[in-house]
Amino acid sequence: MSDRILVATRKGLFTITRNGKRWSLAQSSFLADNCSLVMHDPRDGTMFAGLGHGHFGCKLHRSRDGGATWQECATPAYPEKPDDYEEKPNPTTGNVTPWNTELIWEIQGGGPDEPGVFWCGTIPGGLFRSHDEGDSWQLVRSLWDDPRRPQWFGGGYDYAGIHSVCVDPRDSAHLLVGVSCGGVWRTTDGGESWECDSKGLRAEYLPAEQAYDPITQDPHLLVRCRSAPDHLWVQHHNGIFRSIDNAKTWQEITGVQPSTFGFAVAVHPADPNTAWFVPAIKDEQRIPVEAKVVVTRTRDGGETFEQLTNGLPQEHAYDLVFRHALDVDETGDRLVFGSTTGSLWVSQNQGDAWQCVSTHLPPIYCVRFVKA
Amino acid sequence: MPHVRFTDNIQRHVECPPADAQGDTVRAVLEAYFTANPSARGYVLDDQRGLRKHMVIFVDGRQITDRIGLTDSVPPDGLVEVIQALSGG
Repeated sequence: MSDRILVATRKGLFTITRNGKRWSLAQSSFLADNCSLVMHDPRDGTMFAGLGHGHFGCKLHRSRDGGATWQECATPAYPEKPDDYEEKPNPTTGNVTPWNTELIWEIQGGGPDEPGVFWCGTIPGGLFRSHDEGDSWQLVRSLWDDPRRPQWFGGGYDYAGIHSVCVDPRDSAHLLVGVSCGGVWRTTDGGESWECDSKGLRAEYLPAEQAYDPITQDPHLLVRCRSAPDHLWVQHHNGIFRSIDNAKTWQEITGVQPSTFGFAVAVHPADPNTAWFVPAIKDEQRIPVEAKVVVTRTRDGGETFEQLTNGLPQEHAYDLVFRHALDVDETGDRLVFGSTTGSLWVSQNQGDAWQCVSTHLPPIYCVRFVKA
Repeated sequence: MPHVRFTDNIQRHVECPPADAQGDTVRAVLEAYFTANPSARGYVLDDQRGLRKHMVIFVDGRQITDRIGLTDSVPPDGLVEVIQALSGG
C-alpha cells in the first residue's frame, strides 16, 4: 500500500504521509505558487510538478529524489507559428487557438518498454512527447495538424485541452487521449496517426443531430483498468460511460443517485467492474447535491451504485472535486480525494469510511499516491 | 549601452540580475540579455516570442507599444524595465 500522497494546490505542492493510523501533512514545496498538476512515475520514481505562474507562464519541475528537491526542466512549448499557417476561428467559440502553453494539464509516462518517454497534455490542445525524461518536449504535430482538431473547443476554459493520456500496457504505441472538448482520440502507431472513433458517447449539451458526434464530446476524465486494459471509464460532462472494448464503443450509465455529473473517476487496478465517482449538481451549479459530500461506487460494472458517506460532511458542504483530484492506490483499497475548498479525505477500505486529513488546504487540483 | 532591470517578483523563480545589454530595439536588448541568461527567457516571453500576457515593459518610463514584435526603439543609454502587470493577479 502507498503511504505517501502528493497534493497539488492553488498555493503549492503538499506531501501527506501515513504515520501509524493517521495521515498528516509532512512537507510542502513551491509554497504560494499555483501547482496545477503532479505526477509520480512508478517506473523509476521520477516526479513532475506543473506550475502556472500568472505573470511568468507555465513551468515544469522534476524531482529525482522522491520530492525532496525539485529542478526546473523544459516546459512543453509550441513551435513558432508559420506566417502562412491559416487556422479559422473555432465555429463554436470564435476563438483562434493560440500556439502557447496556457496550462500543463496531464503528464503520463510511456510504456514499461519506453524508459524516459513521457506524454504531456496541455491547454490549448497540444500533446507533447519527451524522449529524455523532460529535458526536451516535441509537439505531436500529427494530432495538432489534424484537420479535425480546430473543431475542438474549450470546456470551462477558453481553449480545448488534453487532460487524459492512457497508454495501453500491452502495447506502448497504443494510446488513448481525452480532450475537453474534443472526445477520445486513439493512436496505434505511437502518435503517427490518430482516429476519433468512439461510439456511444453522448453530448446532451448539443443539438440532437450532433449529440453522438465523437469530436464534440466532453470527457472530463478517461481512466483505464490496469489489469483489464480493454476496460475504461469516462466521467463525461453529461454522465458516466463505460467501455469494455478499448474505447471503441461506450455504454452510458444512467440513473445514478445523487447525480451522474462530476469531473473525477477512479477505477480499481485489479477489478474493472469497480469504479468511484464524486458527483455534483450538473453544469452551471457545480456544488454537491443537497450540500452533502458523497462518493459513488459501483462494484458490478455500473449496474448498481452505492453512496459512500461515512466520514464525509453531510450538511453545508460545498466541495467540488476536480478531475485529477481523486486517486486510488496500487492495491485498490486506498483512495484519496481533495476539493476546491481545501478539504482532503483518505479511505483505507475502498471508500467504506473516510478520514478527513484537512479542511483548510488551498484549492486542490490534483492528488496522486506515490505508488510502488 | 542600454541597461535592463527586472521586477523583484521574478527573482523568486529565476535569477534576473540587472545588466547592460546591447541593442537598439527592445527585441535586440532582450535577446542580448537572454543569450547571457537563457533560463529567464520563458518567464518574460511566450512560446511565440511575444511579451507574456501579464507582463509589461517600459523604456525610459514609457510603456512599449509593440508587445509582439518588440520593435520599440531603445536609446543607447536607455533603461529597459521589465515588470509584471497587475492584470495577472
